[in-house]
Amino acid sequence: MIHFDKVSKIYSDKTVALDNITFKIDPGEFISIVGHSGAGKTTLTKMLMAEEKPTKGKVFLESVNIHALPRKHINEYRRRIGVVFQDFRLLSGKTVFENIAYAMEVAGREDKDVQSDVPYVLKLVDLEKKMWNYPHELSGGEKQRVAIARAIVNQPDIIIADEPTGNLDPINTYDIVQILKKINDLGTIIILTTHNKGVVDSIKRRVITLDRGKIVRDDPQGNYVL
Amino acid sequence: MLSTNVKRVIRAGFFNFVRNGFVSLSSMFVMVVTLSVLGALIFSSAILNTTLNELRDKVDLNVYFVTNAPEKDILALKQTLSTLPEVETVAYVTREQALADFKARHETDQLTLQALSELDDNPLGAVLNVKTKEPSQYEGVAEYLQGKNILGSSGTAIVDKVNYYQNKTAIDKLSNIINSSKKLGFILTIVLVIVSVLITFNTIRLVIFVSKEEISVMRLVGASNFYVRGPFVITGILYGVISGIITLALLYPVTFWLGNYTETFFIGFNLFDYYTSNFGHLFLVIVGSGIVIGAVSSFLAVRKYLRS
Repeated sequence: MIHFDKVSKIYSDKTVALDNITFKIDPGEFISIVGHSGAGKTTLTKMLMAEEKPTKGKVFLESVNIHALPRKHINEYRRRIGVVFQDFRLLSGKTVFENIAYAMEVAGREDKDVQSDVPYVLKLVDLEKKMWNYPHELSGGEKQRVAIARAIVNQPDIIIADEPTGNLDPINTYDIVQILKKINDLGTIIILTTHNKGVVDSIKRRVITLDRGKIVRDDPQGNYVL
Repeated sequence: MLSTNVKRVIRAGFFNFVRNGFVSLSSMFVMVVTLSVLGALIFSSAILNTTLNELRDKVDLNVYFVTNAPEKDILALKQTLSTLPEVETVAYVTREQALADFKARHETDQLTLQALSELDDNPLGAVLNVKTKEPSQYEGVAEYLQGKNILGSSGTAIVDKVNYYQNKTAIDKLSNIINSSKKLGFILTIVLVIVSVLITFNTIRLVIFVSKEEISVMRLVGASNFYVRGPFVITGILYGVISGIITLALLYPVTFWLGNYTETFFIGFNLFDYYTSNFGHLFLVIVGSGIVIGAVSSFLAVRKYLRS
């Protein structure tokens, strides 16, 4: 489904963020990407979201080279990916409902779908009572659950979760991981980058370890080993 | 689909406006200042134009005829002058009228009136008052009259003198003043408009700078440029409409207050009358400028964050 083909990324200050990386992700996989800070995890996810272009190599989704897509198609491509960040990145001027509705609206979904699907996903993340609150009125864990609801509402093929538990306490961390697992059970690819050993070890799925831009381990049922 | 998108963008623009109340208020404050400058410029150019027209109206060229010039020759010349393209009006003052005017002007001056009554005949000739469309055209008309060396039907000269050459310096000076004040007014208008538009543009840019994180999130969830930019442009348009209306509302008491002063100072030009009788025009210019400034500023400011 996703194929990184000999991808390198060298920034203008000559930092090598990714060094000749090749790997595949199949439908329905749950992949954890681990590594020290600066190992290239974030660059890798940014590349998948077409935010960064590789210096060398190609990234394919199915058979399409995503970095050769014209602007208009990049927007459409991004709607197939749901993203969750460590710092949540909700739209502060919009309510919980509107944040999720926004992702549906930009994808051109009908108003009646918006009215029915938003409460549905909020129920999945157990936040239907906070529908009309603004992000600043929510706790960290609640914000992250809104971000996940937003990421899944368009039923994407892939969810990228970039350190989603980095700002959360253990209980909220556990909740978020359970939600991600549930989404994965429904067939969505999850790509999780994290520093949290407990999280990775509890998932018991494929783990890719990065070190200085290279893949040093790729275990089908791995643990967090650095 | 398109109408749904447009509806959503407009709704989002409204929400932006209402929810960022303080930011909206400060942007509109700057815009009201800009639009007031624009209003002041419209008023001052109206004052300038009326005053210059009044002054121009006070200048004319007089053709004095000899006392025995036959009336039909004078009327024939009046007819010829009226056909000249640069001539606006030609007024005929008969000998009798000229005498009556003279007497009226000197009614307190017994000595002159007495001297006048000593004479057997009316000593004054008939006069043609000529007005041209532009002050600079008097010279041409004067030369035309000079060159024609006008003779009456009996073959004798009927024109006594043309007073242009006595007034030449005054007329030239007035033409210069009119031309340079128009030029200066135009340059001043352009400069002030540019300065105030730039200030408003920068204010809106700052407002949007604050939203740059939000714009990046919008793009990450796959919003098209239209979807990101649309609400900001709508909010900009709302700033323009509301600031325009506030400006017009503020101008009402200001012109009302200034109305009487301007009437005495600028030869019958009442600012308040101008405001009420040209309200439609002012509304279009001020609210229209507000909309254009708001929309274009927002459009350009967001563009910066859509590029990468």
